[in-house]
Amino acid sequence: MQAINLAESLNLVSDNHHYFAPKSANELAQLLLEHPNATLVAGGTDLALLVTQQGKSFEPLVYLGNVAELKQLSQSKEQISIGAAVPYSQFTYLFEKPFPELAKMILRIGSTQIRNLGTLGGNIGNASPIGDMPPALIALSATMTLQKGANKRKIAVEDYFKDYKVTDLAESEFIKNITIPTLNENQQCKVYKISKRLDDDISAVLAAFCVELTPQAQSVASSTNNKPQIKSIKIAFGGMAAIPKRALLCEQALLGKTWQQSSIDAAKQALLKDFQPMSDVRASSEYRLMVAQNLLQKCFIELTNGVYDQKQVIATQVIDHA
Amino acid sequence: MRNLTNVSHKDKPLKIEGVGANKKHESAVQHVTGAALYIDDKVEVKGQLHAAIGKSAYAHAKITHIDLSAVKVAQGVVAVITVNDVPGQIDIGPVFKGDPVLAPIDAYVANSGVVEYVGQPIFAVAATTHELAKKAVLLAKIQYQALTPVLTVKEALAQQSFVRPPFSMQRGDAISAINNAKHQLQGEISIGGQEHFYLEGQISSVEPTEEGGMLVYSSSQHPSEVQKLVAEVLDIPLNKVIVDTRRMGGGFGGKETNAAPWACIAAILADKVNKPVKLRLSRVDDMEMTGKRHPFENNYHIGFDNEGLIKGANITVNGNCGFSPDLSDAIVDRAMFHSDNAYYLEQALVTGNRCKTNTVSHTAFRGFGGPQGMMTIEMAMDDIARYLGKDPLEIRKLNLYQQNERNTTHYHQKVEHNNLAEIIEQLEQSSDYQQRRQQITEFNQNSPILKKGIALTPVKFGISFTVQHLNQAGALVHIYTDGTIHLNHGGTEMGQGLFTKVAQIVAQEFQVSSDTVGVSATRTDKVPNTSPTAASSGTDLNGKAAQNAAKTIKQRLIAFAVEHFSITAEQVKFIENRVQLGEKELSFAEFVQLAYMNRVSLSATGFYKTPKIHFDRQTAKGRPFFYYANGAAVSEVIIDTLTGEYKLLRTDILQDVGASLNPAIDKGQIEGGFVQGLGWLTTEELVWNEKGRLLSNNPATYKIPAITDIPADFRVELLKDDPNREQTIYNSKAVGEPPFMLAISVWSALRDAIASVGDYKMSPQLDTPATPERILFAVMKVQQECSLKKLVKDS
Repeated sequence: MQAINLAESLNLVSDNHHYFAPKSANELAQLLLEHPNATLVAGGTDLALLVTQQGKSFEPLVYLGNVAELKQLSQSKEQISIGAAVPYSQFTYLFEKPFPELAKMILRIGSTQIRNLGTLGGNIGNASPIGDMPPALIALSATMTLQKGANKRKIAVEDYFKDYKVTDLAESEFIKNITIPTLNENQQCKVYKISKRLDDDISAVLAAFCVELTPQAQSVASSTNNKPQIKSIKIAFGGMAAIPKRALLCEQALLGKTWQQSSIDAAKQALLKDFQPMSDVRASSEYRLMVAQNLLQKCFIELTNGVYDQKQVIATQVIDHA
Repeated sequence: MRNLTNVSHKDKPLKIEGVGANKKHESAVQHVTGAALYIDDKVEVKGQLHAAIGKSAYAHAKITHIDLSAVKVAQGVVAVITVNDVPGQIDIGPVFKGDPVLAPIDAYVANSGVVEYVGQPIFAVAATTHELAKKAVLLAKIQYQALTPVLTVKEALAQQSFVRPPFSMQRGDAISAINNAKHQLQGEISIGGQEHFYLEGQISSVEPTEEGGMLVYSSSQHPSEVQKLVAEVLDIPLNKVIVDTRRMGGGFGGKETNAAPWACIAAILADKVNKPVKLRLSRVDDMEMTGKRHPFENNYHIGFDNEGLIKGANITVNGNCGFSPDLSDAIVDRAMFHSDNAYYLEQALVTGNRCKTNTVSHTAFRGFGGPQGMMTIEMAMDDIARYLGKDPLEIRKLNLYQQNERNTTHYHQKVEHNNLAEIIEQLEQSSDYQQRRQQITEFNQNSPILKKGIALTPVKFGISFTVQHLNQAGALVHIYTDGTIHLNHGGTEMGQGLFTKVAQIVAQEFQVSSDTVGVSATRTDKVPNTSPTAASSGTDLNGKAAQNAAKTIKQRLIAFAVEHFSITAEQVKFIENRVQLGEKELSFAEFVQLAYMNRVSLSATGFYKTPKIHFDRQTAKGRPFFYYANGAAVSEVIIDTLTGEYKLLRTDILQDVGASLNPAIDKGQIEGGFVQGLGWLTTEELVWNEKGRLLSNNPATYKIPAITDIPADFRVELLKDDPNREQTIYNSKAVGEPPFMLAISVWSALRDAIASVGDYKMSPQLDTPATPERILFAVMKVQQECSLKKLVKDS
C-alpha cells in the first residue's frame, strides 16, 4: 500500500470501489467537489473499526497521507501549525516545550501503533465527544483552516462542533491544518485524561484548563491582597456532553476573580450547571461530574503549588510518582 | 523396516534439560515469530465453508416467528440450520442438561421457543467466506415476545431462581459462636466477573471423513468432551469422531466447556453439506456468546475476640451462574471450599447459592470460584483490623491454620504440610513490609491528595478436580529407531508450558535431551477419554501418566539388556544420552536400535489417578484436595483522592511450587496469573445494561491490563527447598491457578490507601473491579463518615 501511495496521484478502481490518493490540497479539493460523499482516511484508526467490526464499506475512499499541504508542520514564537494528516508520533515533539502537559497526555492516546497512524485532523474531523485533542485545542484557543474548492476559511476549533457527530464542515470541505497560539508568560495550561486504564484507553473525561493570572510581584508574601487575579480563562471538557465543550458558566464564575480556594469552590458549583453528562460503559454521570469538579481543584492546587511556599509542594500525580 | 537409520556412536553432548531445568517453552520461537499455527492459520481445504451464528436479541423472550428466507438466499450461503436440523441430541450441557446447541424453536416442545440470554445462538449459516456468513445472519427476521428477565443476583435470590439447589458446609455451631464472641462484624461485597480474553478466540474447523465421521480441529481444553458432544449431536458413535488440538492461544477455563458449541455447530453444518466448515467467532460474538468468570455477591457475619481471632463465621456466596448450570455447581462449591482461604474458622457455616439469571452461562475461569470465595474472608480480615485498630497483616497471621491443632477446614479436610506462616514470615522480611508500612504512614500524613497503601495477602489453593473421576490421565510414548521419542498425553497446550514440562519428565526418565522428545497435537485417537486441562492439574496428572509410560518402556529396555548382555539390572544406567551396560557403553540411539532388532516393544501407554481424594457431598465432608498450593504477595499502591486514579507501585511474591519442574515456566505462570488477577480486580469491568445486553463487549470498552499496569518493581520468587510432601510428579506443585489470587493483595492495598483518608478507623467498602470511579466514591464515603463523626464529636 505504501508503495502504491508513493506513486503519482492515485485513482484506483476495482469493481465498484474507488480509492484516491491525491498529492496536493488543490487536487484534493477538486476530488471532493466531484465526490461529495467521499470518506476521508486520515489515519483510519477509528474508521477501520467500522469496516472490520460492523462490516461497513465506504465508497469512495480518499487517502490524505500524500497531500503535501496536509503533511506540513510549522513553528514560530507565536504559534504552532500542524497539517491535518500528520500523525501524532510526528508532531507531538512540537508540544514538548510550549505545552508539556499536552505532550504527556498524547502519550496516553492509544498505543505507539495508533499514534503512528492517527492524526490531529482525524481526531477533530471524527467529531467524537470523547476525542482527546479537541478539549485541549479549545482551551488553547486553537483555530483551523478549512478548504472547499479554492475557498479557504479559518474557524475556531470550538466552533467546529455543533452537535453529536454534527460539525461545521460543509459538503466537499476538508480540514487543512490546525494552528495553536503559544502561551504568554502569564498563561498556564493543564490537561487531564481520566480513563479506567491509564494507557491505551478511551477517556471517560478529558479536562483542559488554560488560565491567565495577573502578574505577581516577586515577593513570596502570601497575604490575600497579593493573590493574583484570573485575567482570562478557558476550560473545556470531553466526555461531558455530546460534543467537546467549554464550561462557560464555570469560566464566568472565575473570570476576574482572585485565584483562591473560595473562587474555585464557587466555580465547582457553576460547573454542575454547565454539564449533564450521561452514564455509559466508561463512567457514571455522577462520577463524571465529581471528577470534573475535582480536576478543577487539582488544576488550582498544581498552579498554586510552591508559589507561596517553596516547601509546600503537594504531590498530585500518580503516574509521575516514582 | 529392513534398514535402520544411521546413528552416531558418540551422541552429541547435548544438555538433558530434564526436570528442574529452565527450559524454554517448546513453541517459544514460533510464538514470537508467528510461525506457530493456530486453527485459523491452517491451510484451508478444498470446498472450505465458513460459519456464522444468528443470535438472540433479547435476554428473555419467546420467539413468536422466525423467517430465515432472506438468509437462505443471501450471497455465498450454502446451508442454514436451526435446532430442527440437529440429527442427534440437542442438549450439550457438560454436567447437567440446560444448554441447547441452538435455541429450541419447535412450537410443540415444552418451554420451546424461549431464548434465555442476549447472544444465545438461534441458527447458523455456512457460506463461502467468513464475511458473507457474517452478513447473511443479519438478514434473519425474528419476532420476539419479551418476557421479564432476571438480571441480578438479588433478583434471583428474591425469586429463588437457581440453576442448582443451594448447598452448605459446616463445622460446629457458627451462629452461637458468633453471638457468643466478644465482637461481631458483618459485610457484603459485590465481585465482578471477568472475560477470559484469550488472544485466540473460539474456533473450530471440521472436516467430514470418508466413513461418515468428523475430524474436528478445536481450540479446546477438553478434546474428549468435544468428541463426545459432536458424536451426540450427529448421533454417531464416538469412534467416528477425532478431535485434534495442537495449541490454544490462551484458554484460562474459557475453552473448558465453551469450546464445544462451536465444534458441534460446525459439525452439524459440515454433516449437512458434506463439506469442511470452519466457525470462528468474532471478538464481539465471543464476548456476547461465551460464559465468563461468575460475578458473585457475598456476605459474611463473623464473631471474634479482642485479638481478632475468629470464633465463628457465617459466610454466604452467591454466584451469578447465568441461564444454565454448565459447571456452576462445582464452581460455587470451590468458592465455598475457599471461603476460609488460609484461615481457621473455628465454627463455620458456608452456604453457596447458584443464582439463575438471564445472561450467558458463566463458566470456568482460572481459580474456578476460588478467587470469589477468598475475597469475602480477605475483606473480613481487613475489616477486623480496622475495627480493632491493628495492622491487617497481624490479623491475617493470627488466624492462619496451625500445624497440629486448628488445622481442619470447614469441609473437614486436615490442612497438612502447611508452610504459610513460613512463607509470610519470609516475604514480610524480604519485602521490608514493616519498614514500608511506617514510611507509608508518614507519606500519607504529609500528602493530602495522594495516598499510599500496602497489603500482604496469602493464598491457600486446593489442588484436584473436586469431581473425583476427572483426576485421571493417560499418555502415549513411542521411541523411534533413531533414538528420538514421541510424546502424547491427554493434556492440552494453551501457552502454559504443559508440553514442555511433560517432555522434560520423559527426558528425565531416559536421561536424554528433552529436545529429542517431540510433542504433537493432543488427539482423541491417540490418548482417549481424557479430562479437561484444568484445575491446575495438567502437569500433575499428565506428567505422572507420561512418566508411567516411559517407565514401562524403560523396564522393557532394562530387562532386555539384562538378558542380552548377561548383566544385572543395576548395571544398566541411563546417563546423558548414553546407556552404560556393565563394561559396555552405547549411545541411547544405538541401544534403542539394538532393542528394536531384538524385537522389544518401544511404545507404551501410561495412566495415572490421583490417590487419597474423596468427598461426600451428602455430609459435606472429605478430602477433596490432594494437597494445597500456597503463596503470598505484598502489593503497594498509590491512589489519587481527587480522581480515584491509582498505580500499582511494587509487588513482591513468594510462591510455593514444591520442587519446580521448570522455574522459568513456573515464574511465567506466576507473573501471568497475578497480572490476570490484577485485571479482574481493577480495570476489567463487565457492564450489562438494564436489558441484559453486554455493553463492554470488545477491547475498546473492556480493559485488560496493559504493559504499564504491571508494577515497575515486580519481584517474583519461588519458595526454596520445600518439595511437595505428597508424591506428586517429582514433588512439584501445581502453578496454573494459585498465583491468580495473589492479586487480592492489590485490592487490599487499595482499601488500605482509602482507609488512610479516615485515619484507618473505617474499613472502606470497595466492590470490584476497583475502577477509579469506585475508588473515588469509596474515598468520598470515608471522608463523609469522618466529617459526620467529627460533627457528632464537636456537638
